[in-house]
Amino acid sequence: MAEAHPVGFQWVMEARKRGAKVFHVDPRFTRTSASADVYLPIRAGTDIALLGGVINYILTNELDFREYVLAYTNAATIVSEDFVDAEDAEGLFSGFDPATGSYVQDSWQYAGHERDSGSGHTATARETAAGLRHESHGAPIAGQVERDETLQHPRCVYQILKRHFARYTPEMVQRVCGLPPEKFLELARAWTQNSGRERTGCLIYSVGWTQHSVGVQYIRTGAIIQLLLGNVGRPGGGVLALRGHASIQGSTDIPTLFNLLPGYLPMPHHAQHPTFDDWVNAIRHPGQKGFWGNARAYAASLLKAYWGEAATPDNDFCYGYLPRLTGDHGTYQQVLDMIDGKIRGYFLLGQNPAVGSAHGRAQRLGMANLEWLVVRDLFMIESATFWQRGPEVATGEIVPQECRTEVFFLPAASHVEKEGTFTQTQRLLQWREKAVDPPGDARSELWFFYHLGRRLREKLAGSPLPRDRALLDLAWDYPTHGPHDEPDAEAVLREINGYDIATGRPLAGFAEARDDGTTAVGCWIYAGVYADGVNQAARRRPGGEQDWVAAEWGWAWPANRRMLYNRASADPQGRPWSDRKRYVWWDESAGRWTGHDVPDFEVTKAPSYRPPPGASGPAALAGDDPFVMQADGKGWLYAPSGVLDGPLPTHYEPAESPVRNPLYGQQGNPTRKTYRHPVNSVNPSPPQEHSQVFPYVFTVSRLTEHHTAGGMSRTVAPLAELQPEMFVEVSPELATLAGLNHLGWAHLVSARAVIEAKVLVTDRLVPLRVDGRVIHQLWLPYHFGFEGLVTGDSANDLFGITLDPNVLIQESKIGTCDVRPGRRPTGAALGELVDDYRRRAGVTPGAVPPAVTPGVPIGPPGSGGDGEGNG
Amino acid sequence: MVDAQGRPGGPATPAAPPPGDPAAGAGWVDAPPRMGFFTDTSVCIGCKACEVACKEWNGVPTSGLDLLGMSYDNTGALTANSWRHVAFVEQPRPAGHRGGSEPTEAPASGATEFLGMPAAGPPGRTGTAEGRSDFRWLMMSDVCKHCTQAGCLDVCPTGALFRTEFGTVVVQEDICNGCGYCVSACPYGVIDRRVDDGRVWKCTLCYDRIGAGLTPACAQACPTESIQYGPLDELRERAAARVATLHERGTPEARLYGHDPHDGVGGDGAFFLLLDEPEVYGLPPDPQVTTRDLPKMWQRAGVAALAMAAGAVVAFLGGRR
Amino acid sequence: MSPERPPVGERFRREMSGGRRGRGDAGLTVPPAEFTSYYGRPILKPPVWTWEIAAYLFTGGLAAGSSLLAAGGQLTDRPAVRRAGRVAALAAITASAGLLVKDLGRPERFHHMLRVAKPTSPMSVGSWILAGYGSAAGVAAIAEAAPLLPERGPLRLARRALPPLGRAAGLAAALTAPALGTYTAVLLADTAVPSWHEAYPHLPLVFGGSALASGAAVGLIAVPPAQAGPARRMAVAGAALELYGAHQVETRLGLLGEPYRTGRAGRLLRAGRTLTAAGVAGAVLAGRNRTVAALSGAALLAASLATRFGVFHAGVVSARDPRYTVLPQRERLARRRAAEAPDG
Repeated sequence: MAEAHPVGFQWVMEARKRGAKVFHVDPRFTRTSASADVYLPIRAGTDIALLGGVINYILTNELDFREYVLAYTNAATIVSEDFVDAEDAEGLFSGFDPATGSYVQDSWQYAGHERDSGSGHTATARETAAGLRHESHGAPIAGQVERDETLQHPRCVYQILKRHFARYTPEMVQRVCGLPPEKFLELARAWTQNSGRERTGCLIYSVGWTQHSVGVQYIRTGAIIQLLLGNVGRPGGGVLALRGHASIQGSTDIPTLFNLLPGYLPMPHHAQHPTFDDWVNAIRHPGQKGFWGNARAYAASLLKAYWGEAATPDNDFCYGYLPRLTGDHGTYQQVLDMIDGKIRGYFLLGQNPAVGSAHGRAQRLGMANLEWLVVRDLFMIESATFWQRGPEVATGEIVPQECRTEVFFLPAASHVEKEGTFTQTQRLLQWREKAVDPPGDARSELWFFYHLGRRLREKLAGSPLPRDRALLDLAWDYPTHGPHDEPDAEAVLREINGYDIATGRPLAGFAEARDDGTTAVGCWIYAGVYADGVNQAARRRPGGEQDWVAAEWGWAWPANRRMLYNRASADPQGRPWSDRKRYVWWDESAGRWTGHDVPDFEVTKAPSYRPPPGASGPAALAGDDPFVMQADGKGWLYAPSGVLDGPLPTHYEPAESPVRNPLYGQQGNPTRKTYRHPVNSVNPSPPQEHSQVFPYVFTVSRLTEHHTAGGMSRTVAPLAELQPEMFVEVSPELATLAGLNHLGWAHLVSARAVIEAKVLVTDRLVPLRVDGRVIHQLWLPYHFGFEGLVTGDSANDLFGITLDPNVLIQESKIGTCDVRPGRRPTGAALGELVDDYRRRAGVTPGAVPPAVTPGVPIGPPGSGGDGEGNG
Repeated sequence: MVDAQGRPGGPATPAAPPPGDPAAGAGWVDAPPRMGFFTDTSVCIGCKACEVACKEWNGVPTSGLDLLGMSYDNTGALTANSWRHVAFVEQPRPAGHRGGSEPTEAPASGATEFLGMPAAGPPGRTGTAEGRSDFRWLMMSDVCKHCTQAGCLDVCPTGALFRTEFGTVVVQEDICNGCGYCVSACPYGVIDRRVDDGRVWKCTLCYDRIGAGLTPACAQACPTESIQYGPLDELRERAAARVATLHERGTPEARLYGHDPHDGVGGDGAFFLLLDEPEVYGLPPDPQVTTRDLPKMWQRAGVAALAMAAGAVVAFLGGRR
Repeated sequence: MSPERPPVGERFRREMSGGRRGRGDAGLTVPPAEFTSYYGRPILKPPVWTWEIAAYLFTGGLAAGSSLLAAGGQLTDRPAVRRAGRVAALAAITASAGLLVKDLGRPERFHHMLRVAKPTSPMSVGSWILAGYGSAAGVAAIAEAAPLLPERGPLRLARRALPPLGRAAGLAAALTAPALGTYTAVLLADTAVPSWHEAYPHLPLVFGGSALASGAAVGLIAVPPAQAGPARRMAVAGAALELYGAHQVETRLGLLGEPYRTGRAGRLLRAGRTLTAAGVAGAVLAGRNRTVAALSGAALLAASLATRFGVFHAGVVSARDPRYTVLPQRERLARRRAAEAPDG
């Protein structure tokens, strides 16, 4: 965190000054470790084993916050008797369908609900990264559930959880993670002792947790601990995601993703959602509990914002104009399609995949096989010049004279050269003013897209073709100003907020959205950011002039609520759990919820409220169901649906690992997304043969001095000079073993690429003893590329393409490699070296290791397995 | 007192300045309180924002693109082109880190001296990997000390260096002729001549900013308040309290550096909280302003000059041949 | 990487490798470093002064010695001695000014040296000494040209006025010469450079003696042996001062004497000592032989040059190696702590 989020880390330092104890778990000793009280070196890719150990510690010693767990989580809920845990099946849960490599979830459901799990089969969900939708709400669950308030029922979640993690003992943590038991226990003790009625603990993770083939399950494991300890919905608690850039939260809220529309409305699927009603009903699940009942209003208002007057109830608000999903259109599938010549043009904005994405060579080869490519960036980045100066030019794979891609480079305005909002990890929108005019031809994204749309519409004007109607009917009328006709960013914010079409009055909140075409809302969860016609995101009342929640600084979605599920900060009767941790509570005399924050609950629903039989929507939630976006109002220790790779987190080894999974027969995540493409190869892992050809583990991350793929830092002298060369960090032991010298050269080889780097020998990396073996880990920054003031080989070139099944995020925090002293070969010899390694490792390009480890028994896919997969 | 001798004084004020009030000593009337930096290295996270902010604000040119292999320090030292320098020291924790032994008896490094240059071997050899978990990474943002008795200011022959009303020491770039005397006179190795420019440059404590009531760029950018700016008296009090807190919390090696008005340079305007011996960070353990000995030097030179004259006289009178 | 400027690292490594030399030498007065440095990096900035300053130490001394010689010749009526001294002084002081200006980072701003007069800055004091001495030595030397002026015409007056002016100027130059010859020792000593600073009690003797000897050398080379008796005696006096001073420097400074004994500085200083001895011996034993006298003079000049460069380099070495900064300061601290410690 200190390394990649130094500004946010000031609050950790502040907490430390006040006596807080900071633990840091990382494969290498970083700037964060330097400022922590305890540093725990860990084998990369084993976090579930570590956190599972903590869960086991909590459950074995009964250290959970029992009242909270019982009332607010699904611990007491009884699970179907069809469910078979990974614990009992060598690492596979019941319902695995080997044909599609995904689960049928029927057997995971709560008892009595096996048939109404919705889709059941998760193959399509995986293709479309459906897990992303749950950013704002839980997966569906219908009807009432069986509970055992004593938590003794063998099939209640609590007992399943206990059995599932029983083997995650301190000794097992040591075997898997390489962490001494006393260090582990120090962590587990500190975490549990600082949670409960009087105290709360918070868990912070960054992108390093998400970029794994089991990334979602890492975060699930953390969330389970926080739920068990009562650290969710309470001040000082939570699971905090640190984003990789400014406003990454904003770019999922109003997404730059293929499968989502603003406000986490799913992109319609051509087969599943042929009509507006099909689509809307798939979101709101008629008859279900919770707050998604109004999805129709959000969807209609979004389409009204898109197509204005053309969108009417009679034509389903132009639903037909919306593009449809046909399968996986994720970035990695796109790149492979480019290589295969299936994609003709590409817009690249604020992204540098030639350096920043896994398998850089595939990225560059893909982009070199387009007809046109538009790159908008602050500087001339690698993704704009790969055809001329990329490493593939040196190896002859790209010939500049023959490269067919026409690249249009358009200079972009930086964040200080334009106005708009950033949305940070707390869902807080903060308005920025423009400080200076952009230089030369540089323009904002807003300017670019507005004028691109305007010109396209001018060119198409009068077109009789039906396919052009979607563009021509757009409501594309933003006021502009200045010499370059810059669109007014506040006008866009007003549209995002939503307004009453007849009067133009900005909506005060999403409750005012209508499904009859009288409101237009660009992003329903942002409704209220422009309430009363005031830019609420621009509020900057200093912290000293308001209470500690600081509700008048910026604006948080939804409804300026600073903490989600804050009903959980009060006990089931609505009283604060403790005076120290009071936040939101029930005011009996006033008959309403009150507190420091906007209550995340129907304000007049008493704690004693119980839903009448047959209720649906919000009315079906009881007065002590704080997790209002969850279908059962509970925090899910066990996820009967919504997570595609298992209802409980399970330690799987990374797709590339030198270690055989010590916990289960199943080696890797059986549902991980892989691509059989000649450009893609995977290094062998046990029990496959030849894994020793790539004996070392490498992991990549950021340096404080640089920003992601370096486009904004390697190009700027005062930053570039601070870390002027690509390097690899190795332990003294590995340096001796591999013959590496401090500041000498080394090259690293994987089945995809070979890159070179200067060697930094440092005690900050420690070889770990894992299951009787010594595991050496190397660390690389991924900032370097061939453009800019400082250049170097790209670490991401080493990675292959293996994705998390839930959200299609690539495993780019861990891989295996070999390291050799000296510089890498150049030209044809470079390819030969990689070929030689592939030959020795028995790797055939395009072949993917089996999803299920040979020898692991596979049960029947389950009764609901009628296979919607496009396998 | 040494102050009385060899002080620059400015033409108008030959009298000794009151201790700790160099601005008044330099002839400023009704000077504002002396301003300075307190750099608390115990909360430095090594982000180098200070280096970058300083360069951006002061228009300091690049100091070169070269990987030094000194942990994450690629700046190397305070130079004409780096007015803030973040030092990075990787080392095993000092014995008794959590114990409570005398700080002066807990020199961190003891065992080894790493000379840190290419092929000289990896940094901080500590034997086995197992013994390496108690490891620490010290970070420290160094800067010009703005000494009470500033050697650079004393020896400057042109008056280019001057004492500001805030008690800081600043180079006037339109006066400096690059004689380089100050470079050798600085006991901290701070001030430096810029190769392609010929003049000397160093931290001005953002004279332009503080004159306008702003905080210096580095302190403004520091995310963890490792660099604190303010009236020196206040900073000294704050620093003493911080050391006491750290001692209480089991960090006996915390100590202040440059805070003492009775040290060899009369105390620094920019002082530090360190977690190890000064030389570990590249600081001199007991710096002294060179001009403190200047009267004795002139005395010895006078004796030698007389001897020289006497030698000549004797040579001519000593014989008739 | 900018092509016009060498990277910092290169610069550091160069300084480093300079600093490392002599580390393995036998005969260290202290055991090898027992402290942790910051990657072996110098704490101090090595002087940015280059060879010009070392050369100036020599030419300044030569000017001072020559002016004393000239004044002696003037007062004892040895015209050849006077003439040689005055001419050499002007030449040396002109070279000095050139060297000093050349070493400035901004040579065109050399006149800023006379903006202020600062007693705390030996360079400021030196600038004023140089200004005063330089004018006097200049006039004195020009006066030697009086006989070359026409006896008639407008320059007639100058021809007549110059000799008395020259006499006054020659005496003025001689009066300031000892200051010129010794202030340079303060110039070096009044720095944070450990081996220069700590040598402050002895350096003036070395420099004064060396100046005297080089002045004497002018006499030995340019003056017929018959008139060169005082020059020979001056050589002996100068050599004595210099050798005594150098001995003190090398033996009284503890660890900080080491740079004067080892490496390039040590070799230069040994060469200087040998040449001084040879020059004095030649002058005293066979000074009446014109050739031997001239050779002896040359030896003394070379000796002075070597000594100045030796002292200069020793300082640079001591600034480059953090050992010379840290260890003496640590000792000083330890002494102070011991003294402060309560008795019993």
